[in-house]
Amino acid sequence: MAGITIEKIEKTFGATPVLREVSLKIADGEFLTLLGPSGCGKSTLLRILAGLEVQTAGSVAIGDRVVDGVRPKRRDVAMVFQSYALYPHMTVQDNMSVPLRMRRLTAWQRLPLLGRFLPGTKATAAEIERDVIRTAKALGIGHLLARKPGQLSGGQRQRVAVGRAMVRQPAVFLMDEPLSNLDAKLRVQMRAEIKELHNRLGVTFVYVTHDQSEAMTMSDRVAVMLDGELLQVAPPQEIYADPDDRRVAEFIGSPKINMLEAKLRDAALADAAGTSFTVAADAGPGTALTVGIRPEAFHLVETGGPNVLTGAVRLVEHMGSDLFVHLNVPGTEHPVVARLLAERAPQIELGQTLHLGVRPERLLIFAADGKRLRPQGHAGAKVLPIKERMQ
Amino acid sequence: MTIASSMPERAADPTGAAVVPKMLRRQRIAEAFVAWSLAGPALVLLVTMFFLPVFAVFAIALTDWQFGATTLSFIGMANFREVLADEGFRASFANTIFYVVIVVPGTIVLGLAIALLIESGKSCRAFYRAIHFLPFMATLTAMAIAWEALLHPTIGLVNQTLAGLGLPTANWLRDENTVLPVLAIIGIWQNLGYAMVLFLAGLKSIPQDLYDAADIDGADLWFDRLRTVTLPMLGPVTMFVFIVVALKAFETFDTVQVLTQGGPGHASEMLLYTLYRESFEYLRTGYGASVAVVFLFIVVALTLIQARVMDKKVHYQ
Repeated sequence: MAGITIEKIEKTFGATPVLREVSLKIADGEFLTLLGPSGCGKSTLLRILAGLEVQTAGSVAIGDRVVDGVRPKRRDVAMVFQSYALYPHMTVQDNMSVPLRMRRLTAWQRLPLLGRFLPGTKATAAEIERDVIRTAKALGIGHLLARKPGQLSGGQRQRVAVGRAMVRQPAVFLMDEPLSNLDAKLRVQMRAEIKELHNRLGVTFVYVTHDQSEAMTMSDRVAVMLDGELLQVAPPQEIYADPDDRRVAEFIGSPKINMLEAKLRDAALADAAGTSFTVAADAGPGTALTVGIRPEAFHLVETGGPNVLTGAVRLVEHMGSDLFVHLNVPGTEHPVVARLLAERAPQIELGQTLHLGVRPERLLIFAADGKRLRPQGHAGAKVLPIKERMQ
Repeated sequence: MTIASSMPERAADPTGAAVVPKMLRRQRIAEAFVAWSLAGPALVLLVTMFFLPVFAVFAIALTDWQFGATTLSFIGMANFREVLADEGFRASFANTIFYVVIVVPGTIVLGLAIALLIESGKSCRAFYRAIHFLPFMATLTAMAIAWEALLHPTIGLVNQTLAGLGLPTANWLRDENTVLPVLAIIGIWQNLGYAMVLFLAGLKSIPQDLYDAADIDGADLWFDRLRTVTLPMLGPVTMFVFIVVALKAFETFDTVQVLTQGGPGHASEMLLYTLYRESFEYLRTGYGASVAVVFLFIVVALTLIQARVMDKKVHYQ
């Protein structure tokens, strides 16, 4: 078992910087997700942790040991690849045996034909087989051991890939978008299975994804990356409710957060979209701000006023439990999206004028440079401790 | 389309029912005409250039026809019996097998080794590729003359170098112990570039993920990587190279013709050369045709093996 300390990691490919001074501490047994759009450097960071890529500067420690320059197999990490990277010519059992064979058998014992007759090979091979079968059964793929990857479905291949990583009981699991090749239904199921696996094993997981629902549902903490920078590292609910940066707020949440360009009138009021919002900002009048409002922060009110947006209904999306109402609000670039209860549906018609109120404490205010402006004395959303794991 | 558009018509007017099958038939005839006119030229060529000659060879093999003769008689399997009993043919067959057994593994191992070396380095890749591929592109007859000069017993570079180093020399192409291995080496030299290019293409198509997985799994020494990823993933390419090189080795003719004429004695005679000599020098065309039939069987057998093994063993599905 081991935590991971990443210190000022930099990586450039040619002249292109991919990672800029990324520092991160991952606790022992934590499930940390690196979340970001494609090309943000999250996979590169994972590959640096695995030892498959060498950083340009900075240092990585796993447990108490600095592993810079240490070969992947000596880092005690296992990795699940997006493509699963199963060896197509081997059966499931052989695939899962590879990491054990490479570690437990000497180079001589691994020799074809000859190795079988060396002392100890037989006993070790039997031990490996036992471990592989036990792991396979735990993952529910015991009946697939004799098959080759080509004969398996996507979900089964994914389990085999997890099994190959799990079988040698590594201190750290690295997962590079392991679910993105599965269909939507299976993805939800495997999401839960991986989370359960983490609970059961209790080892450190570093999980890379561009899918925010995976990040939000599985992680103890989410590290949001953009353009090679770590923007915020926090528990999922805090990332959502209390983002540090405009880009984090915009990346997380579906439908997207509504961003309104505003101008500060005085220390407590800002004008935007034909109304005024109660904000608390230490800046002079006339300062440009952005007011962010999550779609579910709106509620219907009878009339206009401060902290109320007024506009014409442009589109109504019925999601079953919720209603996404798109509103044309004068003075805004994009339609404002509100999430309302589905029971409201009969009362809302296209073209109708609606008044959407929002409580001041639910406004997210960002400065022109994208940084979050918090009211003084604001402690941030409550940070929940890493969940107690089942023993 | 036709059915869909004629449906309402049919429902409205019951007498129009006969129209539909008629139109369908006309369309079917038109389709058949297009199909035959597209496939026809290729089919005619295939029959006249391939099936008829093969059939002719089979037919001639059953006669005592001599090239240029105006009469011939049917002699059944006599030619085949003679072929199988003939010392010269047996020697030629054994020589061919010996040659193939050296050339095929030699070409595959060296071709793969060179491909791996080129792929592992970063500089001058195109240059190395080109110089190794050159022999394959060159006319082998011309190259054979160059080899003859190199292997000349007194003024050849090979013997002069060996003598300079104080090593024993030999009359490479006139000594029955050395002539076949020397021809085999020339055969390897010639096919190497082809095998290398195919292996290079095969190496490029191996996903990097597999090497990464092997690294993580601990298979990071060159031997383990080779065994876990490279060789198995090159299976289909290797099979293809094996068949192509084996076929090329079986039909070796030009080096024998230019360098040794099958000599000394019958020490370097090979199947295709025997076939040529019997048919066009001794003019025993019927006998030559039966050698050709034997040769054809070997080639077809090799191709069948390829088809079977390819599907079952190397594609991993």
